[in-house]
Amino acid sequence: MTDTPIDRMARATPRIVARRVRGLSDRAIAWLFVAPTIFLLLAINIFPLIWTVRLSFTNYAANRPGREVEWVGLRNYERILTSEGIWANMQTTAHFLIWTITLQVLIGFTLAWLINRKFKGNDLLTTLIVLPMMLSPAVVGNFWTFLYQPQIGLFNYMIELVTGTPASSFSMLGPGGLAKWSIIIVDTWMWTPFVMLICLAGLRSIPDYIYEAAEVDRASKWRQFWTITVPMVLPFLMLAVLFRGIENFKMFDMVVLLTGGGPGNETLLASIDLKREAFEKWRTGYSSAYAIILFVTVFGLASVYVKALNKVKQR
Amino acid sequence: MSAYSVTEPSRASKSVAAVLVVVYAIITLLPLLWIISTGFKSGPDSISYPPRVLFEPSLEGYVNLFTTRTRIGAEQFAALPPPETWYDKIVRQSGTVIAGQSRFGERFMNSVIIGFGSTALSIFLGTLAAYAFSRFKVPLKDDLLFFILSTRMMPPIAVAIPIYLMYRELGLSDTHLGMILLYTAVNISLAVWLLKGFIDEIPREYEEAALIDGYTRFQAFRKVVLPQAATGIASTAIFCLIFAWNEYAFAVLLTSGKAQTAPPFIPTIIGVGGQDWPAVAAGATLFLLPVMIFTILLRKHLLRGITFGAVRK
Amino acid sequence: MKVRLLTATAVGALLSAGVASAQSNELTLCWAAWDPANALVELSKDFEAQSGIKMKFEFVPWPNFADRMLNELNSGGQLCDLLIGDSQWIGGGAENGHYIKLNDFFAAESISMDDFAPATVYAYSTWPKGEPNYYALPAMGDANGWFYRKDWFERDDIRAAFLEATGRELGEPQTQKELLEIAQFFQGREIDGQTVYGASIFTERGSEGITMGATGALYAWGFKYENTPGQYDMEGAVNSPEAVEALEFYKELYKTGTPPGYDNAYMEQSLDAFKSGQVAMAMNWFAFFPGLAADPTVGGDKIDFFVNPAQNQPASTLGGQGISVVSYSDNVEGALQYVKWFAQPDVQQKWWSMGGYSCHVSVLNDPGFKDSAPFAADFLAAMDNVYDFWQEPAYASLLLAMQDRLHNYVVADQGTAQEALDGLIADWTEVFEDEGKL
Repeated sequence: MTDTPIDRMARATPRIVARRVRGLSDRAIAWLFVAPTIFLLLAINIFPLIWTVRLSFTNYAANRPGREVEWVGLRNYERILTSEGIWANMQTTAHFLIWTITLQVLIGFTLAWLINRKFKGNDLLTTLIVLPMMLSPAVVGNFWTFLYQPQIGLFNYMIELVTGTPASSFSMLGPGGLAKWSIIIVDTWMWTPFVMLICLAGLRSIPDYIYEAAEVDRASKWRQFWTITVPMVLPFLMLAVLFRGIENFKMFDMVVLLTGGGPGNETLLASIDLKREAFEKWRTGYSSAYAIILFVTVFGLASVYVKALNKVKQR
Repeated sequence: MSAYSVTEPSRASKSVAAVLVVVYAIITLLPLLWIISTGFKSGPDSISYPPRVLFEPSLEGYVNLFTTRTRIGAEQFAALPPPETWYDKIVRQSGTVIAGQSRFGERFMNSVIIGFGSTALSIFLGTLAAYAFSRFKVPLKDDLLFFILSTRMMPPIAVAIPIYLMYRELGLSDTHLGMILLYTAVNISLAVWLLKGFIDEIPREYEEAALIDGYTRFQAFRKVVLPQAATGIASTAIFCLIFAWNEYAFAVLLTSGKAQTAPPFIPTIIGVGGQDWPAVAAGATLFLLPVMIFTILLRKHLLRGITFGAVRK
Repeated sequence: MKVRLLTATAVGALLSAGVASAQSNELTLCWAAWDPANALVELSKDFEAQSGIKMKFEFVPWPNFADRMLNELNSGGQLCDLLIGDSQWIGGGAENGHYIKLNDFFAAESISMDDFAPATVYAYSTWPKGEPNYYALPAMGDANGWFYRKDWFERDDIRAAFLEATGRELGEPQTQKELLEIAQFFQGREIDGQTVYGASIFTERGSEGITMGATGALYAWGFKYENTPGQYDMEGAVNSPEAVEALEFYKELYKTGTPPGYDNAYMEQSLDAFKSGQVAMAMNWFAFFPGLAADPTVGGDKIDFFVNPAQNQPASTLGGQGISVVSYSDNVEGALQYVKWFAQPDVQQKWWSMGGYSCHVSVLNDPGFKDSAPFAADFLAAMDNVYDFWQEPAYASLLLAMQDRLHNYVVADQGTAQEALDGLIADWTEVFEDEGKL
């Protein structure tokens, strides 16, 4: 560093004063550093959100620039909330959410618990197991249509090998009610490792001395599991559920490429339906209202859940 | 059993656990291996019934991925000079000739430009904001941090409509810049939260010392904090990249011929006739490769990255 | 660090700017990615040589074609100078100003629409329907037809078994019901040690598949969209007893005559099923027939073609496209030049010889046309009786509603045919009300 007179002067002055003199104040720097981020978020998240709210009260159609835009008040909301189709989509979404989360929690926790036995090679196995969740959901959805093909697909073939049910006797993506389980299988395949990782972190955060104390008290392993392991991992598990819940409520890419919402409307999740209304039927006003309803739902549910999570954490 | 410890699982339970986890790993990796192996199958082998585990490896899928092919009349075909290159030869076997390059290379490059561009921007903005949140008293700090986090909760489709309209007005539709800005806006929340965690861990004393030595805040930030946070920045960067790399919903709505990335493109790879599974698999494999390598490199930071820093190992 | 990052971002932005600005003497033609598109690339080399304009192509696979291209048009994108768009888009293309009206250009260049087959001009070029306002030049005639395994149909053991089972000689079906009978006959039969199935048909839900497949039966039974054209009076037309019967027929064909797992099948899956030797018959667009006839495994002597069988009337579902000039193009002149070149009779002749279905009367009326390909006569027969879907600006909403109703009934087994068609009228009524047309 060059030794300028200012530098020498600065070294002689108290720190707080020095900062004022030789540069921006901390406060100014703080704003300078934070502002671009906030600006970007306002421009690309908040402003569009407000715009969506505005559009939701109109009959605007983005593919009909010439048509006059009318204010329709709450009519879009009314139509959505009284539409049977949309309630069916919400149920489909709920079915998908509940089952993916249940399966992922059960399998993910079990896996974490097994890996926590710290057998040789558990690190390598963990790395391998997490690979599916790093893939692009769109590519995954697309490729699973191939794996699910009744005649030539690997999935049906494996089922035939294991259970003896002929591969071409059932169609995972076809009619017969299997499709809504097919999307759950793929999501579980992809995201169980996520829950597993978080559970593993939870398990590893439990200090050994707690178990040692329990052992001294002659508590059975079963009892230790329910009174120590589960409660200690619970906050972690709840966090995993929160993340998966938000993600799967938004689920679009994987399912759209796997089933496109079919057969019929069996796997038509709310977000897929929304995309069709907005960008295939081009009912912009109507779908804006739809988007707002979904956003409020996920935000509301998440807030309630976070409150519950904080309570568990405080215990 | 010697040296019995209550917390160290028994030998037997370790073996059982190991076997069970290995079984799960095999099942879970099977589809992945199937993708990779399908890339090396010939067209007929890929759709053979029953599925073929052993096959003669072929580069047909990779050749098809990078070329477009056309079928020409039988006489014309017979009159062609013998194939000049190995890939010409592969294409001729299915009765077609190479018509030109496919769009895969372009789409892959778009993924690289948009992925790396948005990552660089997210890291740049994110580091600044994270530093400010970590070190200074920012008014309404907790609210701002929560605001940043909450933008991630928004279903992309909730803002997609106005973004679509906005980009149409601004001419940002189907441009690299538009996608870079958009992915940065999505990634910045992750970047701020993760980086704040990493910067929080750097002892303040280092900077204090630097300030006493006469560094300005900027200098202290650049010469002390940044080098210390390098590992954290690197792993944050990779998580941002993975998101931008894999994103589909916005890409399919906002890009088309010029700035389309690979995820919307790969599922649309078709051959002459039906979907060309070896080529799709080849494309998927090439596209997965970087992420797979990163995953292995990153395994120590994995948890922090995917959970927004909410959980640390 | 900061400076380097800034540089990186700036370079990225510059790069994107560089990629975005196309060279001026270039044209981009957008179409679906399929066999005829590859033929068009070859054909266009003559244009490049003559005009010095470089042709670029953006071919989108069918399942995404409508989505991608309509999105492109609606966002005012400059990707495509020329678009070979589906017949149903013409209403939206014209009303929303996406396509350039070609009347003046046709007049100036003395391109006459009388030189093109009337059914194709009506379907691919005009808006409002039948009015002399042209927004496209007919580029690719197409209809939904059928092909079958001639080698199986000619085998004595199979013929004998068919005669015994039905009391009829096995041959190309003349009616829809004969088609069903043949499909059911082949369903589950062992041929050369492999189980084969009747027919692969369109059942796809996401874009337009099941509508295009089922209308093959609906039109043959006499299905109509409106009682009086242009009045949107659908009650009694859309849900007529014939329409109900036809839809029930399509479901029976699907349930009893198609291979397992083909519950979301469109063009590609239909081709897959046929090429892998799983089915005796398959429906698909004529566009694929040149490729099928030349297929090394199932083409040649093993394949033959037939037009969609009649029931109450001869009818085929219309496919095909016209070529339009996109109004957002920055090279409208070049694009018009291409259209002019493409309209020439000798170019049209070459187009047909390369596997494109010309709509030019000089090609179609050529005495040698019928024998120029094994499917040429069938193509002419099909184009005589083609029917198309709504071409309204709101066609996407109309189509998605029909996709949903048909797929729910035929594939997902919900409700009756009557309910499906009644429901369809309700959906369509809502769309037309939103449009202010009802």
